[in-house]
Amino acid sequence: MRIRVLYFAALAEQVDCRSEELETNAASASELIEVLRARGDPWRSAFDSRTQVAINQHLAKQADSLGDGDEVAFFPPVTGG
Amino acid sequence: MVRVQTDDFDVSSVLGELCHDRTDVGASVSFIGYVRDLNLEVDVEAMHLEHYPGMTEKALAVIVDEALTRWKLTGAAVIHRVGELRPPDQIVLVAVTSAHRGDAFSACEFIMDYLKTRAPFWKKEQLKDGSSRWVDARASDDEAAQRWDNSETW
Repeated sequence: MRIRVLYFAALAEQVDCRSEELETNAASASELIEVLRARGDPWRSAFDSRTQVAINQHLAKQADSLGDGDEVAFFPPVTGG
Repeated sequence: MVRVQTDDFDVSSVLGELCHDRTDVGASVSFIGYVRDLNLEVDVEAMHLEHYPGMTEKALAVIVDEALTRWKLTGAAVIHRVGELRPPDQIVLVAVTSAHRGDAFSACEFIMDYLKTRAPFWKKEQLKDGSSRWVDARASDDEAAQRWDNSETW
């Protein structure tokens, strides 16, 4: 399936990427993280258990499933306010 | 009312909007967050607020809707600025109105605690020596948000 992936803040700087379109079989955000980490550094060390996820602009969990056409965003813990 | 903007805001005109033409408001509580000049013992010269366009407004609206469900409110407003800010600029406004002060105080604090942990903003500080660093999320913010998860306000 085809998904759009967005990266923000320190994570985007670390992987030097803000967005990309991907063709993938990853069924969940955590599976997608493994696909991205398999690219090697800097991707390999950019994600951990604290990495937050949004799916279609709603806060989600790493375990949540992905669907065709989804917009997935990865970012460090938020620091607004 | 939820706004994400670069422009500054004025709390009295926001309160005026919330109370406009109403006679059932007994209390308003407002919170303003400012850019401070010192963080982790280092002088902060400026701050850049990054956000997730599209999701930011939605996330704030979800938090406000939850506050409206948990407490009896007559209105609520959140305005959060983005872009370049400097000490002592205003960053964020949370304003809540209600018939009674208890609900207004609790809802205002709740909205701020959830905003700090669930709204997609990230702060990058520019320091006096020319370097910059991303602000880290705080455990104390997670704890503050969690106490609302466990509380009996439903």
